Amino acid sequence: MELAKDTPDREAPLKPYRVLDLTDGYCLACGKILADLGAEVIKVEGPAGDRARQIPPFYGDKPHPEQSLLCFAFNQGKKGITLNLGHARGKTIFKSLVKLADIVVESYDPGYLDSLGLGYDALSTLNPRLILTSITAFGQSGPYRGFKQSDLVVTALSGFLFLCGDRDRPPVRISFPIAFYQACAEAAAGSLMALYHRNQTAQGQRVDVSAQEALALYTSNAPAFWELGKRLVTRSGRNRAEITSTVKSPQLWQCKDGGISFAIYGGQLGARVNTPLIAWMDSEGMADDWLKSVNWAELDMASLSEDFFNEVKKRMATFFLKHTKAELFQGAIEREIMLFPVNTLGDIVEDRQLRAREFWIEVEHPELGKTINYPGAFAKASLTPIIPGRRAPLLGEHNYSIYSLLGMSRQQVDDLRKEGIV
Amino acid sequence: MKMGAQVFQDLKVVEFAIAIAGPTTGKYFSDHGATVVHVESSTHPDILRLSPPYRKGVPRINASAYWTQYNTGKYDISLDLTHAEGREVARRLAGWCDVVIENFAPGVMERLGLAYPDLVKVNPSLVMVSISNLGQTGPYAKHRGLGQALHGLSGLAHLLGWPDREPDNPFAAVPDYLVPPFALAALVAALDFRRRTGKGQYIDISQFEVACSMLAPVLLDRIANGHEAVRMGNRDLSGAPHAVYPTLGNDRWCAIAVFTNEEWKSFCRETGKTHLISDPRFATLPARKAHEDDLDAIVSQWTIDRTGEEVMRTLQRAGVAAAVVNTPADLLSDPQLQHRQHFVMVDHPEIGPHRVGGQPSKLSATPAEVKRAPLLGEHNEVILKDFLHMEEEEYINLILSGVLK
Repeated sequence: MELAKDTPDREAPLKPYRVLDLTDGYCLACGKILADLGAEVIKVEGPAGDRARQIPPFYGDKPHPEQSLLCFAFNQGKKGITLNLGHARGKTIFKSLVKLADIVVESYDPGYLDSLGLGYDALSTLNPRLILTSITAFGQSGPYRGFKQSDLVVTALSGFLFLCGDRDRPPVRISFPIAFYQACAEAAAGSLMALYHRNQTAQGQRVDVSAQEALALYTSNAPAFWELGKRLVTRSGRNRAEITSTVKSPQLWQCKDGGISFAIYGGQLGARVNTPLIAWMDSEGMADDWLKSVNWAELDMASLSEDFFNEVKKRMATFFLKHTKAELFQGAIEREIMLFPVNTLGDIVEDRQLRAREFWIEVEHPELGKTINYPGAFAKASLTPIIPGRRAPLLGEHNYSIYSLLGMSRQQVDDLRKEGIV
Repeated sequence: MKMGAQVFQDLKVVEFAIAIAGPTTGKYFSDHGATVVHVESSTHPDILRLSPPYRKGVPRINASAYWTQYNTGKYDISLDLTHAEGREVARRLAGWCDVVIENFAPGVMERLGLAYPDLVKVNPSLVMVSISNLGQTGPYAKHRGLGQALHGLSGLAHLLGWPDREPDNPFAAVPDYLVPPFALAALVAALDFRRRTGKGQYIDISQFEVACSMLAPVLLDRIANGHEAVRMGNRDLSGAPHAVYPTLGNDRWCAIAVFTNEEWKSFCRETGKTHLISDPRFATLPARKAHEDDLDAIVSQWTIDRTGEEVMRTLQRAGVAAAVVNTPADLLSDPQLQHRQHFVMVDHPEIGPHRVGGQPSKLSATPAEVKRAPLLGEHNEVILKDFLHMEEEEYINLILSGVLK
């Protein structure tokens, strides 16, 4: 099917809406998702700029407030203004902006906006249609409300950490801050549900997102195992979770130049996948009569013996080690074997599926004299483009244009700058 | 607590969805008041119905709590889509609803005559999403794989584990959980566009692409700077100590993350190690990073005789980020999750009372209402007669021809 390209006559799905984005740190992505969907997202930072501007990695490896790749990635498509919310005049200006906004997204510690007199009660009085979305580690209330947080701490309390890693070492996290990213996605979803309701009823509301709770979903069926049978599921490293099988069944395997993802199944699924793999091994003289004689369809993973399984593993592992991940993946596609490469980030950049789908988009950075390829849209829609926009805003880049919405002249904005308000 | 208006109370959704990503997208709608119909059959049941845990460990089609947690509050029809009449009923459902969610392997809906071009004929303003591993188009769109395969493809395995070991595999299929909020956001945005213009549309979501969007900062580091991000165990460039440490008990752990020098001093004072404050090996972040193995040994010595709860309370009181590494059992009794009513008790006819997860966003005016998941085919009659206004005779004929099984 022909999907929408970025043509100017197509209206983005959230085009009528304006979002004020007060988030910082790892919580920037909620506004990015709303911007991808076409909302006008205005990043509001203090005059000194967000803390996120100091977070590595940086473009060109040099710490610079306009070159954090976190901001490049998750402030993309937003406009940017500066405003001092601690200052009385700054608060008044913010309140004026709130009257023109549909959604405010924030990630301050719980209670901070209230302490400024800018909490939900105050803002909803000014604009009853407003949606105020808060992203925090644990939520706006409860026993962990005041806790110090970090990605590792949230991942630990979400239950996901316990389930990742090798048995002979402590649980281990993904070396990327996924907890707050998941919370950002849930915040975008929650904001839009509230917007949907608002458009039916004219009633705004608060959306309270907890990263701990968002990431708790990643524990999958592990809590249910405890709930139903008091069985404690634990981590299994490179192997499949030991739930239906008593043998150690690898999910990740070594090959000649890296790794692949492949699992041995029994039953119909096993027959469908293993038969072509073994035929392929046989064509290279690497499947003996014993392996070829296995009846996969009748094999029950729950009851097979460790010895039998090890014999199968040994033969497959030897075959995989003889081939590169590219050879194995190409051969698997041709033979419909459920096998995939373990990609490095470099492999992803080269991946031909992403390229064929025109996933990467060029983003101009005039200040750097560069055009950089960015990951593109999270979805493709047939009618309304979902297109990540221009590069992240420079500090205060859109002050004049946004403050002109409030009837301020350039001179007035310049005066406010001198007073440290913008 | 019975609430008033629900977000999606007038909305109708049909799911041709299996496993996690599709049904979890539908769960937003059902938990927020939409009428959601989950289509499956006893010959092709949702695969999670065949996945544990089951009540009393006995595999039965209606006894999996893996399945129930993603299908709360839905209606269920057992409809044989290999049967021409079954496919005709499916098209009538598409004509009845506002939204179709499907996450079969690419090509399956086309083969069934249920792809968007087919369904839009019976419902011109339909909003439909397809969720798949790799997207609907492209050179290996149709290469099949379970959600776990995406860990390798999307770089998540590459980034999980220890620097001195090969990549690890996350326990659960991360992209299956990552994608639903994106699918929901795209659907609600498309519904708003439909409200404004009367036009529906089709949305194609690749789980691989959503995972790549998440990793944008490290992908940009690769593209712009040529740096390949690596797995670092539990370490972090901006903190030390920053790791998981053993506590009292078998396989019990805590996480501690110290970033600033102030936090380090607080840590030393609170743990009675004030002599370390002046130790030059640990005075600054670069110094702590340079002596991180020594540092981890010292921290472990302190944690190993304490419970994770004690470590968390003690250090949090001093303003240091610390936490129990919750096990799945801990999670069910975690005080913060209880406060947020994350797990909701539902009474299911075959499983009995059991807890399932709710929604991570709490909407103040229109909170989610989590109700029990349906039995296979539980609502055949309601769906066909009440929703599709089918006559008794036609309904009986469908039963007799074996379409509703």
